[in-house]
Amino acid sequence: MTSLFEELQPAAAAEVQTTRVDIKINGEYKAAQIEPRLLLAHLIRNGFRLTGTHTGCDTTNCGACTVLMDGAPVKSCTVFAVQANGHEVTTVEGLATASELHPIQEGFKDEHGLQCGFCTPGMMLSAKALLDENLNPTEDEVRWALSGNLCRCTGYQNIVKAVLWAAAKMRGDVPADEAATADDSPGGEA
Amino acid sequence: MALDEIKIGGLGASRRRVEDNRFIRGKGNYVDDVVLPGMLHMEILRSPLAHARIKSIDTSAAYAIPGVRMVMTGEMMAARNLAWMPTLSYDTQAVLATDKVRFQGQEVCAVIADDPYIARDGVEAIVVDYEPLPPIVNPTQAMADDAVLIRDDKVNQSNNVIFDWEVGDRESTDRAFAEADMVSEIDMHYPRSHPSPIEACGSIADYDRSTSKLTVYMTSQAPHIVRAAVSMVAEIHEHMIRIIAPDLGGGFGNKVPVYPGYVISILASILLEKPVKWIEDKTGNLISTGFGRDVYLKGKLALRKDGKILGVRMDTVSDHGAFFSDAQPSKFKIGLIHSAFACYDIPTAYLTNRGVYTNKAPGGVAYRCSFRVTEAMFFQERMVQAAADDLGMDQAEFRRVNLVKDDDFPKRTPFGFLTDSGQYEKCLQIGLDAIDYDNFKEQKAEAAKRGRLLGIGISTMTEPLGAGNSREYDILGIKMFDSAELRVHMTGKAILRTGAKTQGQGHETTWAQIVAHELGIPAEDIVVEEGDTDTAPFGMGTYASRSTPVAGAAVSMVSRKIRAKARKIAAHLLEVSDEDIEWELGRFYVRGAQDRGVTIQECAMAAYSNVPDGMEPGLENNAYYDPPNLTWPFACYISTVEVDPLTGVWDVIRMVAVDDCGVRINPMIVEGQIMGGLTEAYAMANMQFITFDEDGNCIGSNYMDYLLPTAWETPGFELHEVVTPCPHHPIGAKGIGECATVGGPAAFVNAVMDALKDIGVRNIDMPLLPDRVYEAIQTGQDVSGHPPVKNR
Repeated sequence: MTSLFEELQPAAAAEVQTTRVDIKINGEYKAAQIEPRLLLAHLIRNGFRLTGTHTGCDTTNCGACTVLMDGAPVKSCTVFAVQANGHEVTTVEGLATASELHPIQEGFKDEHGLQCGFCTPGMMLSAKALLDENLNPTEDEVRWALSGNLCRCTGYQNIVKAVLWAAAKMRGDVPADEAATADDSPGGEA
Repeated sequence: MALDEIKIGGLGASRRRVEDNRFIRGKGNYVDDVVLPGMLHMEILRSPLAHARIKSIDTSAAYAIPGVRMVMTGEMMAARNLAWMPTLSYDTQAVLATDKVRFQGQEVCAVIADDPYIARDGVEAIVVDYEPLPPIVNPTQAMADDAVLIRDDKVNQSNNVIFDWEVGDRESTDRAFAEADMVSEIDMHYPRSHPSPIEACGSIADYDRSTSKLTVYMTSQAPHIVRAAVSMVAEIHEHMIRIIAPDLGGGFGNKVPVYPGYVISILASILLEKPVKWIEDKTGNLISTGFGRDVYLKGKLALRKDGKILGVRMDTVSDHGAFFSDAQPSKFKIGLIHSAFACYDIPTAYLTNRGVYTNKAPGGVAYRCSFRVTEAMFFQERMVQAAADDLGMDQAEFRRVNLVKDDDFPKRTPFGFLTDSGQYEKCLQIGLDAIDYDNFKEQKAEAAKRGRLLGIGISTMTEPLGAGNSREYDILGIKMFDSAELRVHMTGKAILRTGAKTQGQGHETTWAQIVAHELGIPAEDIVVEEGDTDTAPFGMGTYASRSTPVAGAAVSMVSRKIRAKARKIAAHLLEVSDEDIEWELGRFYVRGAQDRGVTIQECAMAAYSNVPDGMEPGLENNAYYDPPNLTWPFACYISTVEVDPLTGVWDVIRMVAVDDCGVRINPMIVEGQIMGGLTEAYAMANMQFITFDEDGNCIGSNYMDYLLPTAWETPGFELHEVVTPCPHHPIGAKGIGECATVGGPAAFVNAVMDALKDIGVRNIDMPLLPDRVYEAIQTGQDVSGHPPVKNR
């Protein structure tokens, strides 16, 4: 844990009012004693050290900090951590299981749906919220569902393809573009 | 048997990206993800005013906040000779303001505290007393006789002009205009824009007194340049500085310069002997760091009746903000703007440029372009379309008349560059066929009868990518070459390091493909590392589409050095002489006895276990590559649009892109680069710009004002390819990362102008916001020649 949770104690703890939050994050129950002004994004990143949730703009525009709260996408840079008290939060680290990627993750890789990777966790969680409700989205529905997430690298076309790929896989169809060539990761890991 | 190159992930394989394995799991390692023990946090107080004298700074209330460790001021920096730092364009830039603030957002103080929230509390508690001065927000004001002097810190500066620069042949160009049948003129402004990667800038400086070593994690596209700059500015010996650029959340040129925040965090770490982390917020990024563009043009083409362009005249004025900190090769004051018209056969050209200071953020960076070529190609293609219209000639035909022909290479461009290859007309034709040009023109005419406004815009261009050669290109005297180092381990696996720095381009994937192509080692057996100056060979970094042309070439060359040594080892193992050895992918064999051979992996093992007498053991090498020329990719972008006359809103109907970037290492990644570039082109044409009100307040300081396209409005793209190998690149590749950003905007703008042509509108300056398009439709007049947002 970083300073806000530990090093603050001797200097400021007496003056700063703190409060307890209990959050189920990626299936695991966690608790923290925090300042009420602490943003959820910072609790996730600095408190719980889940750094896959990124902060991009601080104004709820870019969506790099998107996480799911009780299944719905929220931009965690403008949610107070105390607002998540008693709720269930899913971050990108909660998408894959130990042995298996989520189809959305596979789709992003297979369809080259990312470049610098900074917007990717937020994109994938917005996509998950969509696919959890609609496994048969049209291209327009995908574009609309992702319109709260900015990407500067890809131009979105491959992101849309990635989500449609994942939808097909989750429906049990064979994703359209399985034209993967060589295996691609050192050690052969997918 | 030779290996199947695609199967081993070699040249031409759309290999899925290695780096994605961590990114899709949220396991990327960006600067803000790095945590060092005992780390403190820094926030910057920025000026709210564009131009003001600092009367006093009171930091006492900040110091009174528990957890605030230090408040840094310009005075403190000055005491250590660090209040000013050199820029990449031989100017100086304030690190923390001492005398005046010269733009809104300029760094005034920095607070270092136990926690970022406390640091921000500290920033809020500082009281600065300013005496406002008149702000200068555009070049006209800057050049006025009675203009207040912005850079009164500079001894010999008596006005706000930074430089006057010219290129080309004035006399012969004047003659061409005198002899022309017709002169087409058009004035325009390429508005200020910001690269705006989603991740802003940041650094963690960690000075260790026990070793005298400074380690800095930072968002840098060019870590080795930073190491050199830090050693000059901070007077720390270069071997005691380690710059680590971890994963970058996009760059687009924004992360090339050295910013005050980095320098302040370094000094803070030295003074406090603790790691100091500075993570810039989005507003800080948008209002203070390297912007792109902001150039005004008066353009003229000398024309013959049959459509031949006889000469080009471009008079430009560039607005650099308060400090001339453009990131560009030293020899050229306004980047490579004189690459304009490189794809056209034009006998003569002349360009002037005046650079001025204004009370705006500094840092004209190569925003997804090769140093001002974006302005060059936009101006070029807008001038070309205006000229075609003035002549009453079809815009495609006009280009065909003037494009350089396939057998004209090598060809001097109008301003003296040397282009070496291309199939320009073929690309144009593929584009026209794809968009069904003639049919669309008929549709357009039909639609016009019913009051609908359809338009088609073409943009064709070649641009110079991949600086150097080192004869002409340097930054602060450091030549623009690049490097690669390859170590092949005994089991035939390898690690490759280069002087470039990926930021989404996928070097970890594509560099391994080049090695696979050269050596037959499967790409999956090669790890690629970049960005750590203690381990990577010296290189100039990644920007201006130079990675594949320069570092990528170095990867080829180092692989060939490895192959040359492996050949000797193979000869030894096969007990024949070198000359009797043949190579096929992944394997040496005895000429005439193809079944007698050894694999590259067997050679690698022998390099560590059984080298011939007199040979050094091991199988590693490095290569420093100085390209003989720039690479010249060509692109043809064609867009069709419909403009709504009632609202001024325009929609893209189709966007066709034909790119010839030579040999494609990884077609999937190349296409990804093109689509990303097209989106930024669309953004600039449609919505994305930074402007200032008359008080110098930045309009566009956050994503609510600085509009970036989302998945919803971004159009779909149709991609086509032509391959004309680069004649001097080892694998025939050319740069591609920026072609679409460079050539794309004119295709969209030309399409909208084509739609409005019949109502007499010739130009609307970007971005083509609905209100500006509507005004043009209503008045039948151009909306141009002034900054896009009118002052209140």
